[in-house]
Amino acid sequence: MATEVHMHGRIGESIKRKEDARFIRGKGNYLDDIELPGMLHMAILRSPHAHARVKSVDTAAASAMPGVIAVVTGELMAQHKLAWMPTLSYDTQAVLATDKVRFQGQEVAAVVAETLYQAEDARDAIVVDYDVLPAVTSPDQAKQSGAALIRDDKENQKDNHIYHWESGDKDTTQAAFAKADKVVRLHTFYPRCHPAPLETCGCIADVNGATGKATIYMTSQAPHAIRTVFALVTGLPEQNIRVISPDIGGGFGNKVPVYPGYVVATAASLLIGRPVKWVEDRNENLISTGYARDFHMTGDLAVDKDGKMLALRVHLDSDNGAFFADAQPTKFKAGLFHIVTGSYDIPTAHITADGYYTNKAPGGVAYRCSFRVTEASYMIERLVTNAAIELGIDQAEFRKQNFIRKDQFPYHSATGWVYDSGDYHRAMDVALDQLGYKEMRKDVEARRKKGEVTGIGIASFTEVVGAGHGADFDILGLRMFDSAELRVHPTGKAMLRMGTKSQGQGHETTFAQIVTEELGIPAADVAVEEGDTDTAPYGLGTYASRSTPVAGAATAMVARKLRDKARKIAAHLLEADEADLEWETGRFYVKGSPDKAKTIQEIAFAAYTNLPEGMEAGLEGVHYYDPPNMTYPFGTYAVVVDIDKGTGQVKVRRVVAVDDCGVRINPMIVEGQIHGGLTEGFGIAFMELITFDADGNCIGSNFMDYLLPTAWETPRFELGETVTPSPHHPLGAKGVGESPTVGSPAAYVNAVIDALTPYGVKNIDMPVTSDKVWAALRAAGVNE
Amino acid sequence: MSPNLVGLARKVSMTVNGAPRSGDVEPRVLLVDFLRSNLRLTGTHIGCDTSSCGACTVLIDGEPVKSCTQLAVQVDGRSITTVEGLATAAGLSPMQIGFHEEHGLQCGFCTPGMMLVGTALLERNANPTEDEIRWAISGNICRCTGYMNIVKAIRHAAMLREQSEVVQREKAGVASGGE
Amino acid sequence: MFPAAFDYRAPTALDEALAILKEHGDSAKVMAGGQSLIPLLKLRFSRPEMVVDIARIDGLNTIKRDDGHVVVGALARHADIERSQELAASAPLLPEAAHWIADPLVRNRGTLVGSLCHADPSGDWGSVILAMKADIHARSSSGERVIHGTDFLKGPFETALKPDEVVTEVRIPVGKGRGGGAYLKLERKVGDFATVGVAVHLHLQGDRIEIAGIGLTAVGPKNIQAVEAERFLHGKQATDEVFAEAARLAADAAEPNDDTRGSAAYKKDVVRVFVQRGLKTAVQRAREAGA
Repeated sequence: MATEVHMHGRIGESIKRKEDARFIRGKGNYLDDIELPGMLHMAILRSPHAHARVKSVDTAAASAMPGVIAVVTGELMAQHKLAWMPTLSYDTQAVLATDKVRFQGQEVAAVVAETLYQAEDARDAIVVDYDVLPAVTSPDQAKQSGAALIRDDKENQKDNHIYHWESGDKDTTQAAFAKADKVVRLHTFYPRCHPAPLETCGCIADVNGATGKATIYMTSQAPHAIRTVFALVTGLPEQNIRVISPDIGGGFGNKVPVYPGYVVATAASLLIGRPVKWVEDRNENLISTGYARDFHMTGDLAVDKDGKMLALRVHLDSDNGAFFADAQPTKFKAGLFHIVTGSYDIPTAHITADGYYTNKAPGGVAYRCSFRVTEASYMIERLVTNAAIELGIDQAEFRKQNFIRKDQFPYHSATGWVYDSGDYHRAMDVALDQLGYKEMRKDVEARRKKGEVTGIGIASFTEVVGAGHGADFDILGLRMFDSAELRVHPTGKAMLRMGTKSQGQGHETTFAQIVTEELGIPAADVAVEEGDTDTAPYGLGTYASRSTPVAGAATAMVARKLRDKARKIAAHLLEADEADLEWETGRFYVKGSPDKAKTIQEIAFAAYTNLPEGMEAGLEGVHYYDPPNMTYPFGTYAVVVDIDKGTGQVKVRRVVAVDDCGVRINPMIVEGQIHGGLTEGFGIAFMELITFDADGNCIGSNFMDYLLPTAWETPRFELGETVTPSPHHPLGAKGVGESPTVGSPAAYVNAVIDALTPYGVKNIDMPVTSDKVWAALRAAGVNE
Repeated sequence: MSPNLVGLARKVSMTVNGAPRSGDVEPRVLLVDFLRSNLRLTGTHIGCDTSSCGACTVLIDGEPVKSCTQLAVQVDGRSITTVEGLATAAGLSPMQIGFHEEHGLQCGFCTPGMMLVGTALLERNANPTEDEIRWAISGNICRCTGYMNIVKAIRHAAMLREQSEVVQREKAGVASGGE
Repeated sequence: MFPAAFDYRAPTALDEALAILKEHGDSAKVMAGGQSLIPLLKLRFSRPEMVVDIARIDGLNTIKRDDGHVVVGALARHADIERSQELAASAPLLPEAAHWIADPLVRNRGTLVGSLCHADPSGDWGSVILAMKADIHARSSSGERVIHGTDFLKGPFETALKPDEVVTEVRIPVGKGRGGGAYLKLERKVGDFATVGVAVHLHLQGDRIEIAGIGLTAVGPKNIQAVEAERFLHGKQATDEVFAEAARLAADAAEPNDDTRGSAAYKKDVVRVFVQRGLKTAVQRAREAGA
């Protein structure tokens, strides 16, 4: 039997991706590519008004149109107790409107027809009579005593306030502020934006009356959780529900929630007895699905006269839309925002948060945010830069003065986090070195003397990912462990299935590499599958950069379990004692006699053909991993900008991004993730915005208004790295997908603020568009 | 049953990936829907509804065009190339190899459009600069890659084409310069 | 996301197209590249009964020199204009403007004439036509007429064309001697409509500006000809002070709205900045052209 197998794909190798094969041939299997026999198509009618009573819904004309099989209304759904559904934050959300519509774009009715063209034609023929009500379009407005009550459907809801949440210590913080030499305040708005994956959301619901089985193909980042929620909401028995997430064209958190369209399609399929496909168009995606951010934040930083940070106080008002549907661990109403002390050794902090209903789409936790860490990181990194400017200390120096030191890890933050590991000074130094910071500052001064407007921005973020330890982290009660099931076949090939679901992050490659590292089976021989709830072990899905920290750990653990069994089989085959065997990746050999060895392939075969007496056959196992802690990736980003005095346009001249995500399993894939996140951060900083007029009309509900950067605007990125392993993760890996969206917006904006500091500008809220920059320049008398 | 067959349907015929294809469609049927639904070529994707994203890009007579902004009837008689037509019997195209080698794709949704634009670019400009590449793909949105590796992928394809050109020339006994 | 149903004809001769238009009048829409029309059809903002596809009519896609004019046919695409050797030599402002229209994919299908007839006030070609003092040639089944550029655009999405007319070509006068132009466009990203666009074209006589044309994009209910600025420039020396004053007058002529792209004040100031820069560039190029 062959014993020489090339060990290709260990941790640290940038092997090419296995999943590429189908995508480069145009043979990806995305939701809308799937066609089932007898399948019907569904189109949803949405409210044109932000806030209105629904007086009547007339479907007669629509029902009579060619190809129409059914028209579903809120009334019909209510008869089946499906007009409302629970959200991931223990609120309720309308599936189809019954009493009122509460945001522009809300689902009102749905047409099911033979073709999508027919469904849309008939949708146009539905007549709805609305009584328009005043719209509430901000937390400030929502708070007013005369404001329209949005959630009059909720029995004990007397106003538009959703939650109040606090973290840290009010008294200690207050005392520290009282003694401070200087307090710097920044009020900033992180506007509503949208993950906008290139593939929109959709599903095919196939409820088979004959078999009792409901198969739901769904663009879902968390298929198992969805299956359980569906079982609870629809009453269908969970063993008969199969959720299949096929290839997903980008998620970024947009594909975590349960959307009304999924529920209506499922109900329609149940009632009609044929599969029903619903794929939203882009307008629907932007106007109604899980948006991101929309936090109004005020931060105060107390420092002493030497520039040492003493205390941090932050208040935030959250604009949550019409239903509280944040997709975050249940215990944290404002997600993980209280990581806001960031990379700094701040002895005391106090965070207060209030959430409000408004007449906008629900959501909030999405777009590579790590559960609101994007908002927190933006707040502290902007505040720290402003403080540095006010104190007259260099932005980098001020940060280094206050960084948590390497010897302080594991670090207990003022809001209860235990940071696992970090070396912030080193990442900063690598970034400054790569940028040539000292020379760059001199160059900035020289250009300014010539009348140019130019600046350097820095952000040093600390992320918190890998949700999470079950006792603290759950979604609707489902603890946030994750899982890996590994089977090694007789011919030494393996199949790995996990409870996560890639939307482009390269799991089919990266997780195979973990098996290669732990068991020595080449990555090419390890098939990785996710997304089918009938076959994959239970997991909470992929978002919040949790796959590597949790499911990756589970993969390592299960591979080690199999290695333990393999050792026993090897001992049997080699007629040696287990204790006398050494492992080198891919084989066991007898200590002192390296030629007396058995490869993992030989052992795998033996697991089915030649076992020690009394041993169970096979070489497989499953591991459910409960992480002991979160992981804390970090980094420093530096951005250089030049501003056109005539037009206010900002040109990003350089971006240096140094990331530390612990051990990198596939550096090529890690870098790709960073490029992508830096681009999303760039878009967020400079052009992405969903906003509303006074009537609650949504501006930003198509790609002509919601602007995404093309290859032309997007800067080139220069990446660097440091590696500080996580001490508690089996592989030392931390997760990285969201670090760039967390860390980069502040870096971009800090660069603009730095450029405008000579003109007394302290803040420009995102998106930093050219007209805002122009206004700041003209106000300071700068002209072309 | 062939979808979109209502009312004023008429026959359209075109060459798709070198093969004659036809169907019966209403005039209003978009080319992208004809490709995806009638011809079951689902490699061409739909990403938006305002002709803004380029996910639907195909080549019409060798030029990249948004297939969501063309009617099927408009391209009657024309020659269409979709992503499914990039590979030949000889194997993957240089562009496909370039995207794989340089990690030019993550979720894969924008990839067919990007590869077709890249292919058309190299036909006109065998050795484009980075700026020329970025300009050529500025009608195609990607949310995953940040474009860095897409640029590398197209450059990689350019290099492969150049290499195979050199090999062809050498085989044909043509001097490769400097003599 | 799909158009409402419509009838469709693709005539191969112009007379055929004109006959169809005469029959259907208002309820027919002419389509060349479809890059402006199809998005409207998809959103159902436009619901014609008949779409007349003129793309198969021979002879309409030429770009050629004809005496003192350059003639751009109705089916000349933005991409054709961008790459045209003839235009690079005789009217380089056109290729420069073409470069900035929409995105590369749209430029492979959209046409100058189609875009001009669509008459979006944010459309770039309207300003170029105004700056270059071009004429539009239209035909119907009753005959032909010439519409001067300044009379062609009437308001947002409204032209001087009658429902039964088709534009066959645009004729741009290209004087002998030292002419130069520039197109400047502020767009938030590639593919967005202009926040502000400025077309400048001028002829030098010695070191004096003999003829000047300034067209403004996206700052009014239609593309605007900055007439006061043009009059001011006539006969003036090409100096920075002159440019600054002309720019100021051009900004005054702009009537922009406050919107998500910026305030009216912002857009007016960008007009000023762009006209100033554009004049400088146009003069430089005119000097080089005559050299």
